[in-house]
Amino acid sequence: MTTDSAVRGPEVPDAHRRGRVKCVVWDLDNTLWNGVLLEGDACDVRPEVVEVIRHLDSVGILHSIASKNDRAAAWQRLTELGLTDLFLHPEIGWQPKSESIQRIAASLNIGLDAIAFVDDQPFELAEVAYAVPEVLRVDVVDLADAIRWPEFEPRFVTEESRNRREMYRTQSVRAEAEREFAGTNEDFLRSLDMVFTIVHAEREHLQRAEELTLRTNQLNSTGRTYSYDELDAIRVRDDHLLLVASLTDTFGSYGTIGLALVEKGDLHWDLRLLLMSCRVVSRGVGMVLLNHVTRLARDDGATLRADFVETGRNRMMQVTYAFAGFREIARDGDRVVLERDADLELPEASYVRLVTDPIRTATP
Amino acid sequence: MDIRQVSGDDITRQILEFLSAATGGTALAEDQDYIAEGLVNSIQAVELVTRVEQRFGIEVEVSDLDLDNFRTAGRIADFVRRKRAAAAPDTRDG
Repeated sequence: MTTDSAVRGPEVPDAHRRGRVKCVVWDLDNTLWNGVLLEGDACDVRPEVVEVIRHLDSVGILHSIASKNDRAAAWQRLTELGLTDLFLHPEIGWQPKSESIQRIAASLNIGLDAIAFVDDQPFELAEVAYAVPEVLRVDVVDLADAIRWPEFEPRFVTEESRNRREMYRTQSVRAEAEREFAGTNEDFLRSLDMVFTIVHAEREHLQRAEELTLRTNQLNSTGRTYSYDELDAIRVRDDHLLLVASLTDTFGSYGTIGLALVEKGDLHWDLRLLLMSCRVVSRGVGMVLLNHVTRLARDDGATLRADFVETGRNRMMQVTYAFAGFREIARDGDRVVLERDADLELPEASYVRLVTDPIRTATP
Repeated sequence: MDIRQVSGDDITRQILEFLSAATGGTALAEDQDYIAEGLVNSIQAVELVTRVEQRFGIEVEVSDLDLDNFRTAGRIADFVRRKRAAAAPDTRDG
């Protein structure tokens, strides 16, 4: 492996390298295939490169393209090779590659430091190093070594990871439909036929649940993280509830996007953690999960209390609690206990169909 | 516009305009409980609070984050007037 600074990324502490790359941006000529398309070369695909792409795809890393090429001709060749489905938001044209990379990052809503760029041309690697230094750069000759770097090893590989590309693809179709929708936001939400499913966490949900506690910031009531083992212990306790929520609509699934951890008492239940992924933050389902937990507590003859910790990034969750009728009843520094006004009606989100499993003890 | 020149009725009108835009064009009445009707999601709620702070030059503190201050456009306007009265400099003599 070369240590030339032109073929590595910025200096990042080892602890932050693991799983940093969320999308790999590929050159085409003499990288994905042999030869130069516009010079009439055969452009046979490099099977070892496709193998790397498929492997990374299977662990949830996305792929895109930054190629200086004729767009129609390059897409035609990719179609012949049966590879078009693998790439999201490809940038094929004559703009600088740093510009293509910035557009891809914006389209995927990820940071530049979550991108790796693979090319065979020293000039392109240097241009990217200069203009977008956060990007991890890989010379294609080093590819076999590079994919063993921790940057390409996600912290979690879950069912969600395997479906990530499809979810992003669905998301761009959905966003397009939303842009073109003529009508109110409520009409649009209604047109989505959303189904929100809340179930007791089973073991198969726990990796994703752990991931959610680490990755969710804005709609996170305490910022506390829980390990797989902690969650596994909690989910089988009689005095606790661990609920996970998922959402689907006419376009497809958003995956598992919410979590509620409740400690059940006789007089009141304590909602220790409530979180909702930023993927669904514009869908109004945070309130639906909160209201569901409130309803379960009420049916058990208990009022609902909630822990809240101001993390500096979760004011949205604070406002969500306030708008759901919660008031502060105790405070210790940044740590707050909220309680819901028991007389308040429970609103129903009319545009979401709620599916739940019956109350029961989770199977160990 | 200087925020001090915003009159009482303007406050309600501006809040209604913003609420209507935030809910994608739904026409709302001053006393309509748009929260109970599920018309705002978490993003719109936090945008609303931020907009009220910026537009009317007040700070919504944690203790102000109460459903009763926000559940209708009229209540938000009342809340804004209370906050501004409390923040107004004391100009009395003596």
